[in-house]
Amino acid sequence: MISLWRDMNRRGQVVLVVAVLAMLLAPVVATRYLLSVLTLILYFVYVGQAWNLMMGYAGQLSLGHALYVGLGGYVAAGLWVHFGIGPWLGVIPAVAIAAAFGAFIGWLAFRFGIEGVYFSLLTIAFAEFTRIGFDHIGPLGGAGGLFIPYQESRLGEWWNLRGGQLFFYYLAFVLAGAAVLLTAWLARSRLGHQWMAIREDETAARALGIDVFRAKMKAVLISSAMTAVGGVFYAFYYNNLFPAQVFEMSRSIELILGPIVGGLGTVFGPVIGAFVLTPLGELLIAVTDKAGLNAPGAKAIFFGLVLMIIIYLVPGGVWPWLSRRLGLVRRRS
Amino acid sequence: MLSIWLNVVVQGVLTGLLYGLMALGLSAIFGVVRLVNFAHGEFAVVAMYAAFVLFRAWGVDPLWSMLPIAAVFFVVGFALQRTLINAFVGRPDYQQFILLVGVAIVLVNGLLIVFGPDAQPANLPYAFDSYLVGPLIIDKVRVYAAVAALAVCAALFGFFRFTRTGTAIRACADNLVGAAVVGLDVRRLYAVTFGIGLACVGAAGALMVTIADPVPGLGPAYTLLAFTIVIIGGLGSMAGALVAGLLIGVSEAVAGFLIAPSMKSMFSFALLIAVLVLRPQGLLGKKPA
Amino acid sequence: MTALLQVSGVGKRFRGLVAVDRVSFTVAAGEIFAVIGPNGAGKTTLFNMIAGVLKPNQGSIAFRGERIDGLTPDAVCRRGVARTFQIVRPFPALTVEDNVVIGALLHRTDMEAARRHARDVLATLDLHDKRDIVASSLTLPDRKRLELARALATDPKLLLLDEVMAGLRPTETDRMVDILRRINREMGTTILLIEHVMRAVMALAGHMLVLHHGAPIAQGKPEEVVRDAKVISSYLGAEAAP
Repeated sequence: MISLWRDMNRRGQVVLVVAVLAMLLAPVVATRYLLSVLTLILYFVYVGQAWNLMMGYAGQLSLGHALYVGLGGYVAAGLWVHFGIGPWLGVIPAVAIAAAFGAFIGWLAFRFGIEGVYFSLLTIAFAEFTRIGFDHIGPLGGAGGLFIPYQESRLGEWWNLRGGQLFFYYLAFVLAGAAVLLTAWLARSRLGHQWMAIREDETAARALGIDVFRAKMKAVLISSAMTAVGGVFYAFYYNNLFPAQVFEMSRSIELILGPIVGGLGTVFGPVIGAFVLTPLGELLIAVTDKAGLNAPGAKAIFFGLVLMIIIYLVPGGVWPWLSRRLGLVRRRS
Repeated sequence: MLSIWLNVVVQGVLTGLLYGLMALGLSAIFGVVRLVNFAHGEFAVVAMYAAFVLFRAWGVDPLWSMLPIAAVFFVVGFALQRTLINAFVGRPDYQQFILLVGVAIVLVNGLLIVFGPDAQPANLPYAFDSYLVGPLIIDKVRVYAAVAALAVCAALFGFFRFTRTGTAIRACADNLVGAAVVGLDVRRLYAVTFGIGLACVGAAGALMVTIADPVPGLGPAYTLLAFTIVIIGGLGSMAGALVAGLLIGVSEAVAGFLIAPSMKSMFSFALLIAVLVLRPQGLLGKKPA
Repeated sequence: MTALLQVSGVGKRFRGLVAVDRVSFTVAAGEIFAVIGPNGAGKTTLFNMIAGVLKPNQGSIAFRGERIDGLTPDAVCRRGVARTFQIVRPFPALTVEDNVVIGALLHRTDMEAARRHARDVLATLDLHDKRDIVASSLTLPDRKRLELARALATDPKLLLLDEVMAGLRPTETDRMVDILRRINREMGTTILLIEHVMRAVMALAGHMLVLHHGAPIAQGKPEEVVRDAKVISSYLGAEAAP
């Protein structure tokens, strides 16, 4: 973490401090709507970072991360709705179950040598399989969805994640901040270097004594556990879960766009990506509404075009390009 | 009892032929160009709407309109490969993936704006006619569509087996460097392959209208279906794609009948997972050297 | 001298085709040992069996008295046998230093210690001033040395080199010979070379083994081996008269 700071030059440090302060003070001036957008951005920073660890650093392209969001959310919400177990406690089984799924998928893939596109399809298959399964789990609402009831009396119970917009904003801020710090630390750790070696060349990594299977398992475990925490947040923030919405492949895609657009395998890429994409989406909704184009498709089309343009022009992501342009990173000598 | 089962299986086989044709297109693109076409199902849905419009506006039967649609799709595929996609051949998977997800999003939402989110029944005149063969009751539409799909597949097999271009494309798939060394114009062959791949989807999509109502949201499901079939059948094996298409068609029909229609694709995914783990080269694929 | 690596009667068949036929030799601690032979002699297969990429069909390989045949490549490396690849495989998107740090991390958990060790190794291999360059933008001779640096950073007892001279120009070959000699003398690392370039082998090796069609045809000190009639007819003769 200290080295993260040391790697930035004076200008980068100033920008970082100003940005963090601005985020902390935002609720003073922000409207409720703006705060909800910022919360969404921070949520995507968090889950994007979790995925970035696995893909950006360890090079394993999971296209089914919605699975872990959904599992985390459903487990915690189910425990709360049925047994009154609060999310601070419920997050533990939520994480454990999601990580167990992650471990199983990882074990299958890495033991049996399922790589590249095949690995991606395996992750999709598991997410879709689970989605259809959840459509048929009665106690969790099935296809009709699971709802966390709104109770006036519990509104201030922040320890049960029952709070208002302001509470969730700061919670998201803490989660996102922690994810960034964790990534920065991992990126410079021994494990992080093993991941990068595997990402770059698995055979060469093995020849340098790296236990590839173990390192990959750690990646999938950490990533799925982290993502599940995001799922708990999601469930208690929105108070409803539908299999068709949380496990959908489009959810997995939504979650990975930020890191890809921002810059894979970088600490700040997922942050920049979320801050670019989410407001862009909101802006598009506003503009199309104003223009009387009341079609939800118009926004998405523009989104699709932006994606194509970004991946065509800056395939490495916006952050590496931006930080070079603005001179935010120290040139190591 | 047996006759019910027989009906279910026959229906699965007929649907499976359409799936197989759609997957054949992906198999060509994935196997030859090595491009992860994540917009495959979306192209199929575009073709469904094209056939739908041609039928509604001018009464053109999808069995005929599939020909012009396939032709147009070929041109579109050729042009796409030449312009946008060629820059992505050989780039990392995730970059191809993002590009094609972009394409898919544009396609689905374009359809959404033009046609709205709801299913639009095509109402073919012979939609409810059926053949009675002993205990079997077979929908005419499915038979027509399946026969048409088989015809397209046969034409495709013939193309790859007996024409110069077809043989050259197979050479590209087997040994890219070798193909380039003997002077084959790989870029043009890639464009032709992508065109053929899309033509397959175009034909399959047009025929699909006969058995399913077009909905924009079908796109991702078809994309997954196509990938599932290609992998189960074995990458680079055209016969494998067809066989796996049948397998998936039948397994969906049986699962839909036995358990619940909404759970039918669980079986496809379970099958995909099993194949990935136990026989990653696919049922008919060659073991990698 | 004690035996560091003991290869005893090792053989490998591919679909009935004998690639390596009961090869035995011993590499003593501290020496430079070379395996030579024409293309298709089974050198690479032998190399891959020692490195853990292939499992022998027969015989055994012992390193410091412990059997290593059949272990995975990473397990072999952790026991102190590091290798290079004939076609170099640096981690392309990482800097030269990070490439070497990854090697250094094998027996070090502290990042600072690993970084210091990596810089020392880079200095030994004349790569110190290129340490912040991304590996993919290095020239071939630099990449070859990076490959060596990365392997060396794992603190191996035995260094397996798969044709490190291939593709190098004569001046670069001399530089590499010089570096290898330094590594051997100053760090005490034992080296097993698989090599085509005879000039380098003659300059470096204390002992050598000649393979032909998978079988050993001569073994001993370089001066003796090059006088061997079998070697001259099967290998050197063919090379000398192009």
